[in-house]
Amino acid sequence: MRSFRQSKYLTMVTAATAVFSVSAQAETLRLLTWGGYAPQDVVEQFEKETGIEVEITLSNNEDMISKLRATRGAGFDLAQPSQDRIVSAQADFDIYKPMDLSKIDADKIIPSMMAATRKNTEFEGEVYGVPHVWGTSGLIVNREAAGTVKDYTDLCDDSLSGSVSYRLKRPTLIGFAFALGEDPFAAYGDTEKYQAILDKVEEKLIACKSNVKAYWSGGDALLNLMRSGEVSAAMAWDAGGWKLNAENPDITFVAPTSGALGWIDTFVLPRKTKAEEAAYQWINFVMQPEIAARITESAGNFTAAKGSDEFVNDTLKAQFKASFPQADLDNINWYPPVPAGLEEMEGKVLDRVKASN
Amino acid sequence: MSAEPSNANRTQYRLGFWLLLAPIVLWLGLLIILPHIDMVLVSLRERIASRQYEFSFSNYTAFFTEPLYWNTFVRTAVMSILATVLTLIIAFPVSFYIAKVLTGRPKIALFILCLIPFWVSELVRTYGWMILLRETGLISGALQWLGLVDQPVEMLYNDVAIMVGLIYTSMLFMVVPLVTTLDSLDNSLIEAGYDLGGSSWHVMRSIVIPHAMPGIMSGCIVVFMLTLGNYLTPTLLGGKDSLWFTEQIYTQFITRFNWEQGAAFGILLLILSSLIVWLGLKITRQSFTRVMS
Repeated sequence: MRSFRQSKYLTMVTAATAVFSVSAQAETLRLLTWGGYAPQDVVEQFEKETGIEVEITLSNNEDMISKLRATRGAGFDLAQPSQDRIVSAQADFDIYKPMDLSKIDADKIIPSMMAATRKNTEFEGEVYGVPHVWGTSGLIVNREAAGTVKDYTDLCDDSLSGSVSYRLKRPTLIGFAFALGEDPFAAYGDTEKYQAILDKVEEKLIACKSNVKAYWSGGDALLNLMRSGEVSAAMAWDAGGWKLNAENPDITFVAPTSGALGWIDTFVLPRKTKAEEAAYQWINFVMQPEIAARITESAGNFTAAKGSDEFVNDTLKAQFKASFPQADLDNINWYPPVPAGLEEMEGKVLDRVKASN
Repeated sequence: MSAEPSNANRTQYRLGFWLLLAPIVLWLGLLIILPHIDMVLVSLRERIASRQYEFSFSNYTAFFTEPLYWNTFVRTAVMSILATVLTLIIAFPVSFYIAKVLTGRPKIALFILCLIPFWVSELVRTYGWMILLRETGLISGALQWLGLVDQPVEMLYNDVAIMVGLIYTSMLFMVVPLVTTLDSLDNSLIEAGYDLGGSSWHVMRSIVIPHAMPGIMSGCIVVFMLTLGNYLTPTLLGGKDSLWFTEQIYTQFITRFNWEQGAAFGILLLILSSLIVWLGLKITRQSFTRVMS
């Protein structure tokens, strides 16, 4: 009899624990983000303060859209695509949910960036994005081996044969278009004109192919190529350049003369988000200046959080100033929203470049 | 009266049969057949405007009219066939040695040696090759140290590197079926061949190879399918000119958001690769059932 009671008691305890653990698991924030945007210490502090568990999935722009498209906007509670890729994805696949801006502490965010993102992520009268991390892509140059590289097209210089790398993706097309004296962003609305620019870029990229060692696809692979000296100039993100600069002062990020390409990664709610409140809590949490500075140190890029610069270490600030004198900062070409259909045209160009000999 | 229990027995037997069959039917139906039907349906539509699709064959015609896609497929198929043949040439002597020359412990030891590389993931194995072949890698360094070359040699990012990687990853899938079929060959048949005055080459050609043919073909089919469908090795080891069909499918799905085109490529890959396997069986006069048993 006693053993029976004991076992009954045990069953009750187990059941209670099971119920408890289910309710604890219910508060989970599934975050679809970029490497470095949710560092471990920030996540731990958030979990401690709110009791919400954070699950992180690392991704990139295309992958985020593809993942959310496959589930029609389910599986994640908060995503971080770049602001220029939101409207077209929403128009084509209906994967996001409008943001309730009243739940965001707007006073923590730099007003000009808030306004820009608001304008660029507006679709059918609703706003979808809140700015988070911003940065640029430009050139990472080993000054000893390739000091002459000042613009994207300099990568095609004969002296750099076999020691150049860039991605076969849209930023490369845009960068080369600017370096060739065109303004692709102004031609976004004019398919014919855009095609003409793409043709010009295609020709240049095919001619430039003999200079390329390999087209990189993962950031770490490129950093390794630069580190080992196998590649002396590449088109890449600023944060990568600064990271290498800390290891080897010869290598650094250079803002191209035709302008670095500026991007802003945002916060967006997937359409079937299951933890909307937790998502807003996370946004407001990471926008605190001191937390944002920690994200800056881990990601290598600055955030849209007001006043976080003071908390960022001096090395990164110095690197930023060295790469971006005021004139270069003003010269940044910010990505406007990509109209639907353009990426298909770009895809064909990229295919042909890859297939050419 | 005696009919009743036997009837009950039969229903029981039937029930058991269906229960045993259920997992495989569910597996095939839910994970293989249904997704493929969906793929066919997706591949037969075309995007007209945002959220608007129409029935069309354009994704299939694109494959035949755009030389790039067609060339990529031919290149992938030719390189896969080449990789299969090279794997066979390398694996056959190894398997023969394991099955016929060695006995006891060394036999098992050598077989396990073939198996060990597969205990680590394909990704790690491919990175291993990258460390060996790259310009600042081990082989290049060793050649410089020996004074054979006076500057770094780049051996990565070309088709040979892809080939090396592919053969390395598919070796085991050739060795296992070969060892099994060669094991089943009675040694006395080989001895009889020699007794009748046959040369080594003759014995090999008219006794060993005909006996091993089902093993050779099943190994070839598996290796061919694996290389044709490989994504990792060609992407990581291949250079700026390396085009691989699975990479093209991935690009269409993930970076172009063009699921319709990607699905069409997937279906075409399935059809064309089945066709190549069928042709291979026809040429070597093997039947699929015999090869797979």
